Amino acid sequence: MSRTLARMAVWRVAFAVPLLFAVTAGMFALAKASPFDPIRQYLGDRAQTTSPEVTARIRENWGLDRPLIEQYLDWLGSLLRGDLGESRSLHRPVTDVIGERLGWSLLVVGGAIVVMLIVSLAVGLPAAWRRDSWLDRFITGTAYANEAAPVFWTGLIAIWIFAVQLRWLPSGGLTDAAATTVRPGDVLRHMILPVAVLAFSQSSWLLLFVRESLINTLREDFVTGARARGLRERTVLVRHALRSALLPFITLLGARIPELVTGAILVETIFSWPGVAGTSVQAALAADFPLLAALTLLATLAVVVGNLLADAAYVIADPRVRVLGVS
Amino acid sequence: MTSALVRFAALVAVTTLLGLSAACSAPSTSDGPGGNARQAAAGDGFVLGLSSEPDNLNPVLGYAPDGGSLIFDGLVSRTADLELKPALAAELPKTDDAGTTVTFRLRTDVRFHDGTPLTSADVAYTYQALLDEKNNSSLRSDYAAIKSVEAPDPETVVFHLKYPYAAFLQRATLGIVPERSLDRPDFNTRPVGTGPYRFVSWTPGDKIVLEADPSYWNGAPAIKNLVLAYAADDNVRATRMAAGEFDAAVLAPKAAARFDGTAGMTVYRVPSADYRGVMFPMEAPVTGDKAIRKAISLALDRSAMVKTILAGAGSAAFGPVAPGTSWHNAAVRGSDTADQAQAVQVLEQAGWQAGPDGIRVKDGTPARFALMYPAGDSLRKELALAVASDAKRVGIDIELAGLDWDAIYPRMAKDALIMGYGTPFDPDHTNYELFHSDFVGQEPFNPARYRDSEVDALLERGRRTADPAERKQAYDAFQQRIRDEEPWVYLVYLQHVYVVRGEWTGITPSVEPHEHATGGLFRDIAEWKPAS
Repeated sequence: MSRTLARMAVWRVAFAVPLLFAVTAGMFALAKASPFDPIRQYLGDRAQTTSPEVTARIRENWGLDRPLIEQYLDWLGSLLRGDLGESRSLHRPVTDVIGERLGWSLLVVGGAIVVMLIVSLAVGLPAAWRRDSWLDRFITGTAYANEAAPVFWTGLIAIWIFAVQLRWLPSGGLTDAAATTVRPGDVLRHMILPVAVLAFSQSSWLLLFVRESLINTLREDFVTGARARGLRERTVLVRHALRSALLPFITLLGARIPELVTGAILVETIFSWPGVAGTSVQAALAADFPLLAALTLLATLAVVVGNLLADAAYVIADPRVRVLGVS
Repeated sequence: MTSALVRFAALVAVTTLLGLSAACSAPSTSDGPGGNARQAAAGDGFVLGLSSEPDNLNPVLGYAPDGGSLIFDGLVSRTADLELKPALAAELPKTDDAGTTVTFRLRTDVRFHDGTPLTSADVAYTYQALLDEKNNSSLRSDYAAIKSVEAPDPETVVFHLKYPYAAFLQRATLGIVPERSLDRPDFNTRPVGTGPYRFVSWTPGDKIVLEADPSYWNGAPAIKNLVLAYAADDNVRATRMAAGEFDAAVLAPKAAARFDGTAGMTVYRVPSADYRGVMFPMEAPVTGDKAIRKAISLALDRSAMVKTILAGAGSAAFGPVAPGTSWHNAAVRGSDTADQAQAVQVLEQAGWQAGPDGIRVKDGTPARFALMYPAGDSLRKELALAVASDAKRVGIDIELAGLDWDAIYPRMAKDALIMGYGTPFDPDHTNYELFHSDFVGQEPFNPARYRDSEVDALLERGRRTADPAERKQAYDAFQQRIRDEEPWVYLVYLQHVYVVRGEWTGITPSVEPHEHATGGLFRDIAEWKPAS
């Protein structure tokens, strides 16, 4: 099995390299086509009181006056040397900016994945078991409505209910506004809403999938067989049916990672969460290309690695699987 | 990126809606003892709710050049009535007779927060780093008058200017950084200064935490822990202020109204030099005609703009120099309300006769032009709408165009634009670049392409003369000339609105500039003391 895994990993990495190249080239083409002048965004209000001579000099310092292909090769060269450059708006190395925020993003996204798994299993199971009951109708109805609702809408409703009306939870930030240190308990309290909203908004798909897959499995011969042997209904459901129904679930989780990244961008922005995803919005608004490019690469990488992990998990979970082109 | 922007715009729209509904339903602050209760809690900070977070905390790269930084001190600072006073300088500097050499003597008892003493080398380094083209400082344009900076001995700094520049001292509020600080990898986010507050931590997107420097050269601040919390949305700031999360906040005028008369809270409406006006392209056929500009100025109902668009937090504007500052020419004034009859008279005398569709025509040219405004700026949009509707009443047709700045720039020479500028410190600032004919064709400078040798001469005299009385005379004449020619029609001066919880002494409102980075009401929070 480990051989299979290793071969699959090598195969995927070999595939990822041209993909990342294509993404970087696409980014440069888009930046060139963008109507926003990065220097004007950099100067902000001051753009209107800055002489054209100073503007021209900054353009030259940033190398924006050189041919696009030259800029691209330069950037690519530094990237291969491990140098992501300096954020123009923040005046700091991009690696530092990402480094200090990545942990907070992983905390929220990690928490959301765990909650998402638990919730979709815990809710999908009874829905499938009591299929077409009022409980099932309520669960599937809510899931479809939630799937249609945009994340920022769910987030703002959650803020309105829990922070503004009930005042149970803080509306945003990493810690209380008045706190001068970062205390774990404080962060935990501030984490609840973002994690819950992200998990809730992403769990509909999984939940509906668990239900569907379980309903199909419950019809299969081995389930009937298990029942015929007089096993308890709980054992049939959890040990036999669910186990078999879960296999495609793993792949689906991997396929959902792009959605999770988009969701994280919105959730971090709504809750002023100091993570990398929210930063990409700032970088986009500031036309801060070095930062934006690094964040886009990071997101691409997250999708590639997420899919790889999901497929690897599949191989481990189900020895029958032979991944295409590997066996 | 576009889809991110679209989603973001939708998000902002929804946030605003939510904020509005929250503003209507949030309970009043009767659920706490109010007053200074929160500040008493040990270890907690005094929390300021601010709107725009700085990109970095380095004065050399553009952080709070007008003295709004609590972490840094400049050579000089300002009193509430905008007089300069020495800060890191031991006294106000000496300028030689030619007006091109300015000599500062420094205080000898000042130390940076890391313990190293302040010397003239630090001051020289700060200004040299700012002027260094490699550093891409967004301020470099403002300091173009400096030829060189020298530090002949540890207590003396000498500035050599390219030309006599009376307003140079107003630029000496720039925060001083330690020598070679730009070489330190983390200085932009972990700054070391000489100011009343030391840097503690920064959670980007959320807040900056500061603590009082007990050995500050000008006396330790009474507020020991200070938190600068950032929330860009006006309604979110108002809600968090009402919920007790903030102790003081910058608010939009409409959001501040609910705090009027709340026990334990004080609302400050501070006058500013921050104007909004219409820039008219002088080379365009319709707006180049003085009669059109005069008629629009007469037809405007500025008091209605203040009342409805600014929720009362503002005043009518008639020139580029703010009332309330010593530079303002009191003779430059006008009627707050519209005078349509006179506007019509001006137009008809100049030959603009009413056409069949109500739009005036002169020699076959209809009185029609485009007025641009930055699309994201709702205040400028509302003002543009008001201008267009007032102008329509006297037969001038204005087409509005809400555009991004990148689309506005190339059209500045052809189409009118709602502008916002204004600094109370010295009339040379921005006006020289906006109205001197040397800058024609160098957009964004002199966007109107205004050429007037009389204005050129007055601006030059004001810049090169040292005598305050003579400068005042030059700028009085300048304001009068701009009022007579009206290359720009000024609409309103804004007031900046703040809410503060608790009773304090030492709060000194003063006329504020367009830029908020100066700290506004909070610039001297180091001198606030609890009352009683």
